Amino acid sequence: MKLALKPGLLLVEVLAAGLFLLFLSPFFLVLINSAKTAFEVTNTPMSWPDNWGNLATNSVSIWTNTTIQYQSSFFSSFLITVLSLGALNLLSSQAAWALVRTKTKTSSFIFFMFVAAMVIPFQIVMFPLLSWFRAITVFTGLDLLRSYQGIVLAYLGFGVSLSIFMFHGFIKSIPLELEEAATIDGCRKHETFFRIIFPILKPIHATVLVLNGIWIWNDYLLPLLVLGKGNDIQTIPVAVSNFAGTFVKQWDLILTAILLAMIPVVVFFLFAQRFIVRGMVAGSIK
Amino acid sequence: MNKKKENNAVFWVFVTPVVFAFLLVVIVPFFLGVWYSFTTWTSSARAGAGTQFVGLTNYFKSFQDVAFSFSFLITFGYTLVNMVAINFVAFGLALLVTSKIKGRNLYRVGFFLPNLIGGLILGYIWQFIFNNAIPALGHTVPGLEGLAKPENLILATNTGALMALVIVGTWQYAGYIMMIYIAAIESVPMELHEAAQIDGAGAWSRMMKITVPMAAQAFTVTMFLTLVQSFKQFDVNVSLTAGGPSTMFVGKPILGTELIALNIYNTAFVSNNLAQGQARAVIFFVVLALVALIQVYLNKKKELEL
Repeated sequence: MKLALKPGLLLVEVLAAGLFLLFLSPFFLVLINSAKTAFEVTNTPMSWPDNWGNLATNSVSIWTNTTIQYQSSFFSSFLITVLSLGALNLLSSQAAWALVRTKTKTSSFIFFMFVAAMVIPFQIVMFPLLSWFRAITVFTGLDLLRSYQGIVLAYLGFGVSLSIFMFHGFIKSIPLELEEAATIDGCRKHETFFRIIFPILKPIHATVLVLNGIWIWNDYLLPLLVLGKGNDIQTIPVAVSNFAGTFVKQWDLILTAILLAMIPVVVFFLFAQRFIVRGMVAGSIK
Repeated sequence: MNKKKENNAVFWVFVTPVVFAFLLVVIVPFFLGVWYSFTTWTSSARAGAGTQFVGLTNYFKSFQDVAFSFSFLITFGYTLVNMVAINFVAFGLALLVTSKIKGRNLYRVGFFLPNLIGGLILGYIWQFIFNNAIPALGHTVPGLEGLAKPENLILATNTGALMALVIVGTWQYAGYIMMIYIAAIESVPMELHEAAQIDGAGAWSRMMKITVPMAAQAFTVTMFLTLVQSFKQFDVNVSLTAGGPSTMFVGKPILGTELIALNIYNTAFVSNNLAQGQARAVIFFVVLALVALIQVYLNKKKELEL
């Protein structure tokens, strides 16, 4: 039996290895062409680089480039992602808990509103959002366009539906007895959430973090509209797009910019790989 | 009584922040948007000041624009082909990495990797591949000279560029969908396979009669995700083709690969017609909701049959 299977299995192994290389080859092309001069990239994009020192040269020119502003773009992307994720996870989990444990018409209606809104695509909201944010700024003096608070608020609003939905599903399965016991022991209502429930939510927090994190870090259209072009605050995708638009066809620089934009994500992924894969799958099955 | 008051207070303290953000960012702009689509709204008008109600004018004008109809047409085509391609590749990859081959965990990570990088960046990478790397192959590899000819550039023709969008879309998304299929395949009890094997079922018939039906629920999810993802495709479209190359449609020159999301954006910001862009967004929303509803209904029906 085993012997009969072997040639077949070998074929499968070769196929898998081939597909694996094919899937990763675009990244590999980015890497080798980031180590070439402009002339080499245009003439011999498929060959091995002559001098890996070019990688350092190209990286330095991206690092110090004033269009892409790599360091400040990275910082902005990081800050926006972390603040949005923090707000989404804390506020959605506490709201989901309150919605599960309060059985009133208001509570059901609010939950229904969040779920129903998941079908609303960004496209129908994006133009009015801009003029509405502008109007709020005029009336309250609080800058919502081209600012950190504005984009974090936008991510909170757009991410909250799915996040609440996922926390809601998880919290429903937590036995109520746990909270009743805490109440008998003298735990106040809000303490019950932060001391008893919040720690139990760890796996679902991971899922929500991963799903929203990948979305927010890579998002292009929302930061393009809310932060605008030519802003000091720009995220990595917006910066790369600005850069590619300015340095048209200068592939040695564009590819290096892409490489530098990808490295943090890939490094982070390799560290948190199990966590991310589990989170993505759990998220999709809910 | 005191207890009830406390519960009520905690409820509102916990729920108010998200409801507030949600109303501010999604609900109010949504209804504003529907209203604006019936008016002469422009970007200079501050939150609706000085706009006039014009009924369905923006909608009629949208449908009269052949570029818009064409965008819808190719978006439907793109969505259909992309859904089939992604799910086919993803299911195949899932079967591969759930078999007994060595290094299957490494393969999973590799296939999943493109999904972590944003569509915008992926589009640029592939623009380089289609415009530079593949023609270079034609220069160096004998027998492939045709690839080097400018007229054979994949992104230079309308159909070629659409296929390129499908290739990148599949590469980007198949790894994610694969993860869902893996979970479904691994949840099938081993005993079922063993029993079938004893009864003499081959690998193919076991897959068709056990794995596929048991994964029916996953198919509903993956079809939905790929449908919505393809229909809303914007980032890759911007960076890979930017809507080009131009083509002719019912006697008018238009952009050949401008998917619906890009058409909406261009109508508002390039043609500077915000109200009409908004009307198109409303149409987009209604069509997407309908198509997604039909898909889930059909899949659920199929799920019961299997």
